[in-house]
Amino acid sequence: MKTEKVKKHTTDYDIEQLVGRLLRVGVITASCIVFIGGLIYLIKMGADPMPSYAQFKGESAGFTTFEGIFSGLLSGHAKGIVQFGVLVLIATPIMRIILSLIGFTLEKDKLYIVITLIVLCVMLVSTLGGFAG
Amino acid sequence: MTILTFSIILLLGAFLAGLVGSLTGLGGGVVVIPLLTLVFHVDIRYAIGAALLASIANSSGAASAYVKEGITNIRLGMFLEIATTVGAVMGAVIAVYTPTNTIAILFGSILLFSAAMTIRKKNQDALQHGSLLAAKLKLNGSYPTAEGIVKYELRNVGAGFSIMTLAGVISGLLGIGSGALKVLAMDTAMHIPFKVSTTTSNFMIGVTAAASAVVYLQRGYMDPAIAFPVVLGVLGGAFLGSRLLSRINPTVLRYLFCVAIVFVAIEMIYNGFQHKF
Repeated sequence: MKTEKVKKHTTDYDIEQLVGRLLRVGVITASCIVFIGGLIYLIKMGADPMPSYAQFKGESAGFTTFEGIFSGLLSGHAKGIVQFGVLVLIATPIMRIILSLIGFTLEKDKLYIVITLIVLCVMLVSTLGGFAG
Repeated sequence: MTILTFSIILLLGAFLAGLVGSLTGLGGGVVVIPLLTLVFHVDIRYAIGAALLASIANSSGAASAYVKEGITNIRLGMFLEIATTVGAVMGAVIAVYTPTNTIAILFGSILLFSAAMTIRKKNQDALQHGSLLAAKLKLNGSYPTAEGIVKYELRNVGAGFSIMTLAGVISGLLGIGSGALKVLAMDTAMHIPFKVSTTTSNFMIGVTAAASAVVYLQRGYMDPAIAFPVVLGVLGGAFLGSRLLSRINPTVLRYLFCVAIVFVAIEMIYNGFQHKF
């Protein structure tokens, strides 16, 4: 009984360290991508007059879908690279949920496997649910 | 103004926003929205998109340190994220049908509430006997302090869960972490020690913001040209802020910034009523 408790504690601790590392790596990776994209954008477009953001137009269809962002990234489009960094940033907390799910599965914590799956489902519905209107 | 000048000024402004947000504990997103709308006259929808990204970056950056220290209650965070993510998706959907002036007025009001929350008395004591539901959901925990490991239990799980849903709606509607509401739920309703409630709230903000961010991204609220100076600036400012916090006593600064935030909030509400958004 006692050894099992110790073992469980270690797993909790391990997951905490992994989650911490994942969050840090995600944010650093996203910032680097955003920085590179921003730099290319400024080199190419920096001298142009600032566009008006006073009127809301919505982003051109190219950078609002996953396909659009990826093709923008592959063609080296500066805004596509920034938007890919944005995607990595948004994905970081989602990866954290998946990592927690793996952790709870290793600990055989059924209650929290279910709770984590519910949160994941909400994220999935939000992404694919067509709420963009 | 050229794009280069705009980007540099925005980067510096976002840096200050991140610094102020981290020193006051309000979060960078809260300061970014007035900066973009009142100073740069950017449409509030672009401002919300950028603020959401700043919230995710800030939360993940800070949470990585707290989680490793073992202060964050991951189970509690995970359980309450059901409430905040459902709320956030609802908020993001409501946002489409809400006039921008109404959003500005609501934002100003939340800003006033958040400023009041940062200077109120905090719950430091750990509750010894929590409710049955809290125990069943394995929400009770422990955290390291200078005097050793402290165990705590919690109560009013239902009330906390409800306030968290509201926090999620506000977060999805306004693009902010709504950390003040999250702390209210955990601190006042569930009686969690302050250090645990702030770090767990921070831990949850990333997932909450991501739930509405995917909706905002697809709707075109995230402009890469605004996103890059804001994300980099706020992160840099928040990083410096966290370093400064361990060296200086932020109490006086916190009061000063809270007064400044109150003026900004009034300006947002006034402009909202004047239909300037």
